[in-house]
Parts: sequence; structure tokens; C-alpha cells
Amino acid sequence: MKKLIIALAATAAALGSFTSGVQAQEKTKVCFVYVGTKTDGGWTQAHDIGRQELQKAFADKIETPYLESVPEGPDAERAIERMARSGCALIYTTSFGFMDATVKVAAKFPKVKFEHATGYKASENLATYNSRFYEGRYILGQIAAKMSKKGVAGYIASFPIPEVVMGINAFELGAKSVNPEFKLKVVWANTWFDPGKEADAAKALIDQGVDILTQHTDTTAPMQVAAERGIYAFGQASDMIAAGPKTQLTAIVDTWGAYYIKRTKALLDGTWKSEQVFDGLKDGILTMAPYTNMPDDVKAMAEETEAKIKSGELHPFTGPIKKQDGTEWLKAGVKADDGALLGMNFYVEGVDDKLPK
Amino acid sequence: MRIELERRASASSLFALVSPILALVLTLLAGAIMFLMLGKDPGHALYSFFIEPLLEVWSLHELAIKAAPLILIAVGLSVCYRSNNWNIGAEGQFTMGAICGSMLPILVPQWQSPLVLPLMLVMGAIGGALFAGIPALLKTRFNTNEILVSLMLVYIAQLFLDWLVRGPWRDPKGFNFPQSVSFSADAVLPELLESGRAHWAIVFALVAAVAVWFMMRYMLKGFQVTVLGSSERAGRFAGFSSRRMVWFSLMLSGACAGLAGISEVSGSIGHLQPSISPGYGFTAIIVAFLGRLNPLGIIASGFVLALTYLGGEAAQLSIGVSDKVTRVFQGLLLFFVLSCDTLILYRIRLIFSDGRASAEARSPHA
Amino acid sequence: MLEAILLTIITAATPLVIAALGELVTERAGVLNLGVEGMMIMGAVCAFACSYLTGVPLLGVLAGIAGGAIFSLLFGFLTLTLVTNQVATGLALTILGLGLSGQIGESFVGIPGVKLQPIIIPFLSELPFVGRLLFAQDITFYLSIALVVCVGWFLFKSRTGLKMRAIGDNHGSAHALGINVIRTRYLAVMFGGACAGLAGAQLSLVYTPQWVENMAAGRGWIALALVVFASWRPWRVLAGGYIFGAVGILQLHAQAFGIGVPSQFLSMLPYAVTIVVLIVISHNRRTTLINTPACLGKPFVPDR
Repeated sequence: MKKLIIALAATAAALGSFTSGVQAQEKTKVCFVYVGTKTDGGWTQAHDIGRQELQKAFADKIETPYLESVPEGPDAERAIERMARSGCALIYTTSFGFMDATVKVAAKFPKVKFEHATGYKASENLATYNSRFYEGRYILGQIAAKMSKKGVAGYIASFPIPEVVMGINAFELGAKSVNPEFKLKVVWANTWFDPGKEADAAKALIDQGVDILTQHTDTTAPMQVAAERGIYAFGQASDMIAAGPKTQLTAIVDTWGAYYIKRTKALLDGTWKSEQVFDGLKDGILTMAPYTNMPDDVKAMAEETEAKIKSGELHPFTGPIKKQDGTEWLKAGVKADDGALLGMNFYVEGVDDKLPK
Repeated sequence: MRIELERRASASSLFALVSPILALVLTLLAGAIMFLMLGKDPGHALYSFFIEPLLEVWSLHELAIKAAPLILIAVGLSVCYRSNNWNIGAEGQFTMGAICGSMLPILVPQWQSPLVLPLMLVMGAIGGALFAGIPALLKTRFNTNEILVSLMLVYIAQLFLDWLVRGPWRDPKGFNFPQSVSFSADAVLPELLESGRAHWAIVFALVAAVAVWFMMRYMLKGFQVTVLGSSERAGRFAGFSSRRMVWFSLMLSGACAGLAGISEVSGSIGHLQPSISPGYGFTAIIVAFLGRLNPLGIIASGFVLALTYLGGEAAQLSIGVSDKVTRVFQGLLLFFVLSCDTLILYRIRLIFSDGRASAEARSPHA
Repeated sequence: MLEAILLTIITAATPLVIAALGELVTERAGVLNLGVEGMMIMGAVCAFACSYLTGVPLLGVLAGIAGGAIFSLLFGFLTLTLVTNQVATGLALTILGLGLSGQIGESFVGIPGVKLQPIIIPFLSELPFVGRLLFAQDITFYLSIALVVCVGWFLFKSRTGLKMRAIGDNHGSAHALGINVIRTRYLAVMFGGACAGLAGAQLSLVYTPQWVENMAAGRGWIALALVVFASWRPWRVLAGGYIFGAVGILQLHAQAFGIGVPSQFLSMLPYAVTIVVLIVISHNRRTTLINTPACLGKPFVPDR
């Protein structure tokens, strides 16, 4: 009984003490909603690194609270609304599945600014942002074609959404610019995140005769398999060199920080406007990890391509490009517009897979 | 020292009331210690976990939204478990219900009529029930174990939904993103009040809970469930068919889960998408047992569990703990609630090694 | 290529077999522990942490086993001593395990692990074909096979195993015969935890030598289903684990081969095949009933 009283008293005291902890100064709140945990080693972690860079850049001016592991669906709407109500001035929702939830909450809170990653619905106070991952994938394709002896690469894909299809096509186009006969095998893991399954997919591809691997899933498991089997591979979302010091040729690194800093600065300056941003290599929203484990001429080629993409001289989706069935998609010299890219739903010639319809 | 239990002559009605309170106190204590160890202000943490979500009207609405599917599914499951049928695939039935109910607004969006919504709900319930009929069929015909079949069907349902929204049911104007068309106004489950998002699903859940409670308590069917559940032999002597009970309990729970699924999609999401449930079908199993398989208890446990989700979010934001911490805390809370329930049926004695029984923890008032 | 595919299947099936065997023993003693996923992930994080900190992967295996066993004690204390509901407690254990493992492993994310090296058995490993498949594996594979044999012998040939099955079938009579029901069940629960932990260690040290949150990704649930699939018989666990693993790997090959069926349907195959095989093997109601522990999941309090 005595213990119980002490316990109750302690709890009461604890409950009472919180009121004194109210913050003294007002900082602008820039908030983040994550679909995974911030240490997932992939997509969400890349966003969280961006958040940390942002916090560092405006250390005394802003706070950056975040919510992790928010399921896509009604929970997302609640989580975003909670953020809006808690005084966030700018809210980043960092998964495609948050799109409709973000739209609904943005309509309810016109004074709060929202930015949604990889979606297509925007409004007065809702901007979208996306990264031209395909620019990096084109470079990967070129390197793959140079480094592969068999002329076949394996692609571990997550889900058939336009972004992933676009990546597969860019890779194949890059490879074909070096070796017109280059083939690409695709395995859909139907998950973003299951190291075991990704490893199995990697092994299956290697057993089917590919001698270079690339992935559009989040863990380093495929890189480890490639290292074990002694073939080359490319990293995804973050620099995966630690998982394959002798294996990784390069990686597409998501560097959202630059973008977050740019937009938050606009918010603080009062110049924030709703935009539909589709940034690429030149804006620093994605960067290439150091080119390693390859001869100098391949490296030189990769660097040259990277420079050309940055300067705008080269657009990976420039005609003539044929679709998988041989019909013409782009005439010679025609560049694909962003709308066609963002809704891409077909393979280009050379991809050895059928797209789920 | 060891712990021994002594069965009470009858369930203690005092402890039926005291046990949840005791569990709460223990959880608060353990939580305070945990948050202190993490270097967080325990008062603030516990406040945002348990109190903050209850203070604002919009948050209460959210609580109802979150609790509704949990209660609805758990009520159906309670009948299953009482009749000794182990349906652990409610998540799949939820998904199938959502798919079947969504057929109308997705395949015939041009048909707009007040009939759409009721039909959708009925189709959702039927879809869930039929999907739960698969383990029932296999159990009665081929003698397969329903635990395995219902669990495996969860994965199949989820992949099927995934294929639908990325393939045939994809919104043609949606830039090939994996979503169906948005439901028309006639196909959306309306909100209950002006003040927030809570919609009719919570009403369905409460009605279902009361109806099942009534059935279990006053109707022959409920009696059959209990008798067949505790002893199949006794049930057979009474002339009840265990085969029919398999069908009844599985399809009832499937219908509840299916209704929850279509309500969630129609009321909260507004279209079909690859992920429509953060594991409601599995969490509902805990809710069912936390509510002691009693539909009225399930209402309470459903709200408690929903609160821990909302509270976990609030705590992440206000004191900056990670979602892992909130999950550990949720686990602790469940353990305390479950352990304290022991006191209802048993007395706990601490026995010291010399055989002297002492320190009888009869009640906190001892 | 066949050899490579078989090797992949073995790696995929081993954790399922190990975890399912542990749960099988637990359930034979009459305890239903639905927390396999939680114990597995705890084993994975303990194994990774220990192997990384000491640099000795074998110690990691031990840590995984210990981690799983200790974590299962929590379940044991609640369900056996305090007779809480086993289904709910098991599910709560999984929630706790997922949270706790994430917390423990936070600092290990992104660090490449040390792979557990294979133990190559001299001479036997040089046999054509089967040599590399069966005799040049890591310790978890050998353990998985040894466990099948030992558990089979233990349950059906040894005295203690007989007692354990008696407890699972009728704890009241077993108690009346003077068998210590609670103690035996504690041991069975811990064995289940240790096996789940070992399976977790296989995940973070062999399958994919790294730590990421939630890396068990539902394998604990599959293991649970396999126990039912096997109708509580060890050799059938082995068969079930390999069928499930094989179909999962073969569907990936079918994709890489380009057969043009939507990948979602191929991904359904392991689950669908398991159901179909179960239908085929459970037609005999009597054998299934004989093997189902009658007291599974029921609380036990000794009369005094």
C-alpha cells in the first residue's frame, strides 16, 4: 500500500512537472512526415539526412520535428493534420502514398505550406518536388555496358510505378548508347524493403547469367550478394560502398538537403511559392557517388556524361527511341517532355521483361 | 521466492474493475522509468501519450476513426475464437471486403444513386465473408487447419489488391500511379458530425458489438458458440453441428472484417491504393483478447489501443522520441493489462523458499 | 545453375525450418506462442550486435540464441506463471520485439556485417553435386538438419519427450502423474525462443549479413504457419520449409526468365502452393487429430 502511494505521488509529480517545460522562444517549425523509420538505411534515411542538414543550416531559426513510420492511408491524414495543428509552418510529406492526404489537409489549413514528394497534385499552398533519378540511371547504364562482359544486366525493381519504369528505361538507354545489343533482365521484388527477398532476387538474376546488378529497392542486400559472387553493382539512394568496397561502381545518392535548405530559405524570406519542382543532377538533389572499381576510360566517360547532363547538352530521353514492341516513341532529336516521363508506363526496346498491365 | 496462483471460487467483480486501473498505474510507472532513462521528461511524455489526444475535438474524431475497424474486426473474431475457430486472417478479409465493395465506384463510376453506398457496404461484407469462407470450406471439406489457410490468404489478398490498383483498376487519369479513381460523392461514407472526420464506421462497430453481445447472451446461436467452443463433444450431444459452426463463425468474422475494410476505404481513404491497412486485422486479435472476447469489453480495448497509436504520435512530436520507443511502450502496456487480468480469476501468492506463504497480494488495499 | 538455385533455396528455407522447429516443440508442450516474429528479430539484432562488437560471428550465433531465449522468458513468465492469454501475449511480444530491436540496433544500421563462414567438411564436401550443397555450409544449416533429427528423436523416442507430449495433450493428467507441467513448459518456451533467435541470427549473419529494422519481414509468421502445415511433426517442417522456400525462389527465376505473368501472381505462389499441399496431406482427419496437441493454448494452474 505504501509503495502504491509513493508510486501515485511520483506519477502525479511527474505529470505536474511538464507544464513548466514550455519553450521560451519562437522558432519556425519545418516538419517532416516519413513513411519508414529514419534509420531504414534507404529512402527515409536519405530524407532524414536532408532534414539534419537543414536543421544545421538554420540552427537557431528553425525546429524540425518529424513523425516516423506513418502508414499510407487514413493515418497519414491524421499525422499531417496533427503537424499542421502543432504550429508547423512548412510540412514535407515524403512518400507518394501521402498525396491525397496532403491535398486534403492542405485545403483545410490554407496558411500552412505543404510540399509533397514525387506526387502530381499541387495547389496554392501545396508544392510538389521530385528528383530526376533517371539522369543518374542513364550514367549507370553506360558504365554497365562498358563493364559487363556478357552484355546483360540485372535490375531488381520494387513496384511497377512510373518512377521505377522510367529508371529501368533510362538505364537501358544509357547502356544501349554504348552497346546497342545490351539486354536488361528485370525482377520485381514487390517490396521496397525486405533484405532477404532482395538478396534472393539478386541471386536469381546472377544465376540467370547477368554479370552486373542494379537495384531500385532500399537495402544493401543485393550489393552484398554481388560482392560475394564477384560481380559489379550499383548503389541506390545512399552510397553503399561500405557494403561492397570492391563491388560498387557508383551509386545514385539522394541528397534532399540542398533542396530543403533552398525552400526553407524561401519560406523564411517570405518568398515561398507553390511550384512543381523536378530537379536533377545540376541542382544537387541527387549526386553520383565516387566512380570506383573501374578503368580510367570508363570513369572519364561517366564523368563526361554527368557533365553533359548537368549542362543540359544531353537529355537521356532523346529520340530516336523505340518502344519495346518496336514501334517508334520519339523521333530523332525529340526530347521527352516531363509529363511523358512522370507517367511512363512502357519499356523501351531491349528490356527483357513484360510490364504488368 | 516463487509465485503461485490460487483460483478464486468465482471471478472477482472487484478486480474486474480494479485490474485495468492497476494496469494503468503500473504502465505509468514503467513508462516514467523508461522515459527517464531515455532522458525525457516523463510527465510530459505520459501526458502526451494518454491525455493530449483526448483534449481536442478533432483528435477524438481521429480516435473514433482508428478504433472503428479494430472494434468491428475484433467483435467478429471474438465469435470465432469463442467457438474455437482460429481465424487469424482478418487482415485478408478486410482487404477483400475493400476490393469487393469498391467494385461499384471503380467499375461503374457513372452510376450515381443513393443506392450505391448501401450496396457497396453489403458487397464489402459479402466479399469478406466469402473470403473467410475459403478456410471454412477447406476445413469442413478437406480438414485443413484454418490458422494456416487464413494466414496465407492474407498475403494473397494483399498481392491481389496490389495487382488490381497497379493494373486493371488503375486510374487512367492518374499518370499511371497505383491508385484507383477517387470515389464519387455517392460512394463516400458520410461524416457523422461537422466537427471532424469521424464517419459511420464507428457506428457500425458499436452496433455490431452490441448485436453480437446480445446474440451471445440471449440467443440460441450464442449458446451454440459457447458450447461448441468449450467442448465439441458436448455440442454434438446437444445436437449442434460443429461443421455449421465453422461456417457461421468464420463467415461472420469475415463479414465484419469486410465491412470494416470497405468502410475504411470509402470513409477514410476515398479510393483504392496498395496499402489500405496498417495491420488492423492483426491488431484486432489483440483487441479481441484484451476485451476478454466480450463484445462490450472489446469496445473499451479498441479505444485503448487506438489511443496508444494516437498517443505514440503525439509523443513523437512533443518530446521527440522515436516510434520504436512508442512501440516498446505499447508492448509494455499490453503486458501489464494482460497480467493484471490474472487477478480477476486468481489470487497471487508469493512463496518464499522456506515454504512460508506470505505477502499475499490480495488487493492494493491489503 | 541448378546447384546455385538449390543453394539459394537452402539459405531461404533454413531460418523458416529452425524457427518452426522451435515453435513446434513449444506447441507440443501445449503452449501457443505467436511471438515468433518478435523473438526472431530480437535474435537477429543480438547476433548482429555481438558479432560486430566482438568480430567473431560464431559468438554472434550464441548471442542470437541467448537473445531469443531470454526474450521468450518474458512470454513464459506472463503466460505460465501469471496465466495470461497466450495469443494476446504472443502478439504483444512481437510488438515489443519489433520496437526493442529497432532501439537496440539503431547504431548498427548501415554497417556491413561479418558473414558467418561456412564449415567445409573434408572429403564429403568433395562429393560431386551434393558435396557443395550439403557439406560446405555454415553452422546454421547443419544445426537446422541436426535439430530436425534431434527433435524428432526427442519427441517420439525419449522419455522426456513423451512426458512433454503428454503435457501438451492433457496437462491435468500429466500433473496428476507427477510431471512438473510449468517447469517443462518453461523449458519448451525457451527452446522455442532459442530456435527463433538462432533463425534470426541466420538472417543477420548468413542470409543478409547486416542489420536493418524489421528485417525478419514476416518470416516468423511463415514459421508459425509451417508448424500447422507440418501437423506438429518435425520432418514435415523440413519439407514445408523447403517447399515454401523453393517456390519463393523459383518465382523469382520465372520472372528473370521473362514468362510474362504479373509478378504479383508469381509472388502469391508460395502461399497458394502451401495451401494446396496442406489440402493434399490433411485428408486423413484422424492422423491430424492425433498429432494436434489437445491442450494447445489452454491455461494451466496446478490444483493445490
